[in-house]
Amino acid sequence: MNLLAVERIKLFTTRSPWWCALITIALSVGFAAILAGATESTDSLTVSATQFGGSQFGIAVVMVLAALAVTTEYRFNTIRTTFQAVPHRSPALVAKAVVVGLVSLILGEIAGFGAWGLAVLMRPNDNLALTTGQDWANVAGLGLVFAFSAVLAVAVGIMIRHSAGAIALLLIYTLAVESLVQLIPKIGNHIHEWMPFNVANKFLVGSTPAGNGPPPSDSPLSPGWALAYFAGISIVFLLVALGVAKKRDA
Amino acid sequence: MIEATALTKAYGATTAVNELTFTARSGRVTGFLGPNGAGKSTTMRLVVGLDSPDAGTVLVDGVPYRELKDPLRTVGAMLDATWRHPGRGGRDHLRWLAATNGIPEQRVDQLLELVGLKSVEKTRVGRYSLGMQQRLGIAAALLGDPRVLLFDEPVNGLDPEGMAWIRQLLHSLAAEGRTVFVSSHLLPEMAQTAQDLVVIGRGRLIYQGTMDDFVARTSRHGVRVRTPHADELRAALTGQVEFTEEDGAFVVSGVDSDRIGQLAFDAGATLHELSPIAGSLEQAYLDLTREAVEFSSAVSPSEVTP
Repeated sequence: MNLLAVERIKLFTTRSPWWCALITIALSVGFAAILAGATESTDSLTVSATQFGGSQFGIAVVMVLAALAVTTEYRFNTIRTTFQAVPHRSPALVAKAVVVGLVSLILGEIAGFGAWGLAVLMRPNDNLALTTGQDWANVAGLGLVFAFSAVLAVAVGIMIRHSAGAIALLLIYTLAVESLVQLIPKIGNHIHEWMPFNVANKFLVGSTPAGNGPPPSDSPLSPGWALAYFAGISIVFLLVALGVAKKRDA
Repeated sequence: MIEATALTKAYGATTAVNELTFTARSGRVTGFLGPNGAGKSTTMRLVVGLDSPDAGTVLVDGVPYRELKDPLRTVGAMLDATWRHPGRGGRDHLRWLAATNGIPEQRVDQLLELVGLKSVEKTRVGRYSLGMQQRLGIAAALLGDPRVLLFDEPVNGLDPEGMAWIRQLLHSLAAEGRTVFVSSHLLPEMAQTAQDLVVIGRGRLIYQGTMDDFVARTSRHGVRVRTPHADELRAALTGQVEFTEEDGAFVVSGVDSDRIGQLAFDAGATLHELSPIAGSLEQAYLDLTREAVEFSSAVSPSEVTP
């Protein structure tokens, strides 16, 4: 319990998490504004289109925030002070993942509803009401996807320890690798069906074809299982990272 | 009390600490000396569980560090004052550290007052001077009111006033019955601060014992005498006396200065100088660690002439 307070203090007493949070929300809401403004008045904006900025780019920035929360500790050696105070190490790292995950959850809700709300204001006639369960998953679920992405990023940060390396890896992966895998002949599409962010997208947009937003996901899982799969992967990564951190010299 | 037994740690091919056995007693300031690369910082990291030894054990009050519940309340260690986020304020740094072991925030404020950083508590630590960072590190070590304290080079970057303040602080902490384990390169300062000594070189123990015994081992003992009547004096000093010439004076060992003065007076030898030479920590240390210096310069300064 103490350790959660510790991580909360650490996160909120430096500047970069605040900036990352601001950029995340700006990207999500900003993209919604752009799409709402640019869509023809004869076309209709869909709910999933409003979430485009958040689910594609906001995720990346949240992961940067989360990775930095760990890698700056290694850079400035406060991780050593932390391990002096918590010699079993894992409790401190788990607390960090939890706090960063919760903050990302809140950010995701703000970003998701903010983007959707702005789109509704800008295009009141476009039937953007949240009617189906999938619609709700699309907007409110963004927070959940942000949260587990953050946990994944924390795990990567623990394993790589190096800020630039961790960020480069996470950004390149989220923005490019999964799409590019589809280009591999024969097996590319099969692999793509099981790649984590693609599966997370299935949770968000389901199988309905999108209007002007991200393409539907080709994952064979149902949206509920898709979330479970994504969450499971992030937790597995975290467990591996905890094992590595415990054995290593600090 | 800190007890190390056959402590060994190697990083790749280099054995940083080799079968090191020593004890730091409570109620004393124990100085930890050694040349650069001797393994002092590694040893301290092993004590607080940041690294795991390859062999041997180190116990703090009979318990390995990792088994301590709320370790900051038992062991306060300042291993490196630069272990802090430069973008965070001094008070916030202490706040999170205190929260890890359930130490109340009032203690943070108390210690900021003690080390004299209350006025800059909100300033980002990156803006602190070196001396201020050292003091913050000391405050962090004292947060849990621990019985055992480790300091790695605490007087680095401190002005003379700061150094005197640390010296007093360490003495008062030891007087309260705590174990104080300090490493330093500043020998004159260490001579005034430490009561016990552990000296290591190339990862091995070279000396363990009290400061006084260590200094007494130095080769330079005796009394320095300058006199225009050297022959008369030499004749007067009979028996087990060693008489070496140096810099226009003599170093007499085996007789104390009072006796020399009396003999010189009786022999009619005028004395221009009669001063006892106390062994110095520096001399004892350099003599002892000559063989164990890991990184020595191969060229003496006089050979590098333009």
